[in-house]
Amino acid sequence: MIAAGELHSVLALAQRDLTKLLRDRARLITTVIFPFIFIGALGGTLSASFGRAPGFDFLTLTFTGVYAQTLFQSTAMGMISLVIDRENDFSQELFIAPVSRYTIIAGRILGETLVALPQALAIIAFGLVIGIHISPGQLVALIGTGLIVAFFGGAFGVLVLAFLNNQRAANQVFPFIFLPQFFLAGVFTPIQVMPWYLEIPSRIAPLRYAVDFIRGVFYAGQPDYEHVVLQSPAANLAIIVPGFLVCIVIGTFFFVRSERNR
Amino acid sequence: MLATRSRPAADQRLDANTIVVQDLVKRYRGAELNAVDGISFNVREGELFALLGPNGAGKTTTISILTTTLAPTSGVALVGGHDLASDPSGVRRTVGIIFQKPSLDLNLTAEENVRLHAILYGLFPYRPFFPLMPLAYRERVRELSTILGIEREMFKPVKTFSGGMKRKLEIVRSLMHRPRVLFLDEPTSGLDTASRRALWDYLREVRAETRATVFLTTHYLDEAEDADRICILDKGKIVAEGTPAHVKQDLTHEYLVVDAADRDALRRELLARGVAHRETPLFEIPLDGVGAHTLLKAIDTPLTTVRTVAPSLEDAYIKVLARS
Repeated sequence: MIAAGELHSVLALAQRDLTKLLRDRARLITTVIFPFIFIGALGGTLSASFGRAPGFDFLTLTFTGVYAQTLFQSTAMGMISLVIDRENDFSQELFIAPVSRYTIIAGRILGETLVALPQALAIIAFGLVIGIHISPGQLVALIGTGLIVAFFGGAFGVLVLAFLNNQRAANQVFPFIFLPQFFLAGVFTPIQVMPWYLEIPSRIAPLRYAVDFIRGVFYAGQPDYEHVVLQSPAANLAIIVPGFLVCIVIGTFFFVRSERNR
Repeated sequence: MLATRSRPAADQRLDANTIVVQDLVKRYRGAELNAVDGISFNVREGELFALLGPNGAGKTTTISILTTTLAPTSGVALVGGHDLASDPSGVRRTVGIIFQKPSLDLNLTAEENVRLHAILYGLFPYRPFFPLMPLAYRERVRELSTILGIEREMFKPVKTFSGGMKRKLEIVRSLMHRPRVLFLDEPTSGLDTASRRALWDYLREVRAETRATVFLTTHYLDEAEDADRICILDKGKIVAEGTPAHVKQDLTHEYLVVDAADRDALRRELLARGVAHRETPLFEIPLDGVGAHTLLKAIDTPLTTVRTVAPSLEDAYIKVLARS
């Protein structure tokens, strides 16, 4: 009974985020356009320059990288809405409700995942348009792994936000956290070979495992797998799942504490 | 860290009281003074209790603590039998609150705000659209919104609402789960006179119907005149407590104002009869238990002005603050 109530609360909170996205046309357009620039411009340029010279197609590499990065980052940055709610005095309405604080955070992560979903579908559609071959099995795999990565990104976002007091700080800190990860996680370029001083931060970067997880499933059974994928999807999942749990537990604890202990 | 040593005493006091507060202290991070400084009070079941005080007195801090949105520094508080420290979820189920600053999602419609609240409180199952919600929900929304006169606006985005309509919507929302204790943190601030009156008429109906305990903070002292008991806070401490009549009685006195064409004669007569008075420049005579009629009968000098003055709660309030 209690669990059902918590589930209903998660769904209601998630719908709130999706409704807000669908009513904000400007946000809807910009969130969809941004990944196109990455795949179209960057991937297209690299592909045109190198073709299959390194042993794999750059455009497909960039496509999978941007797909993972978009879902991870969109959900993570979407969690800034927790701070926005605090600044708009709406969080007091949420945090006075007789539901678990984890339910509130889970609802927000699911909501931001749903917000990221139209972007994911737009990226896949764009990938098909520019000639990336996606089989029906790969399509299902992309959506399934994309959801996992989005949840992971949301939990990571909560952890970061737990230590930030306002939207301004969040808007300054998030790009600082994400921009290096674009390169450390190999979103646009392969990272099989890296100098040690980049290898260490790369292994700390959560986006690395998100990108590699999606690529591992997408490239499964293909000759490019060995050139593109760093470790098996199972090995990535073994990092993502505990990482998700740690981020959500610690993040929720500190976020709620900062909410009540002023 | 909440103190636990005085909890048995708090439990004993709970019998007749919905809210028990004992030695409550809150000091904000980095602050040098306590925002709430060791206050203790009780609120009885079904009572309208008004917490008064100037800005910064600690009213909102107290409400925030009692509704679990803010952690106290120390002290014990029980709401509806639930301990704030050990059973915050029980407290949340018991209370409804109208916050000082509107706490609405402006991007959603009014009904969507209410629906989110109803689902979070476990009143109804999740459904994505209003027509799919259970009939009981739809009827309750219609009933409450009709009473407050916002039934036609329920499906419009809240960002198009005026301040008064937002307040009404918050009231609709806060009453959805039929709370045993309703916290109203300056609920009528920003409302016009007609809306204030309509709101209070409705709150009276709600109290009569549900016997809900109402915990009010307000700057409008005429609203507190109707309270069963008031508590005046200043700089985080309680400086007066009791029924409005008692607080007024303790601090102010009813007096008679008289004047005469021949003031010298009136002054001489009052002195001769030993009647204490002061001239402002009219003659103010404290009644102090003496009936105005008895006093007037004793004065022979022809009077040109006669009136009795009963001090308001506002007079008492100003006096309390000046004294503290």
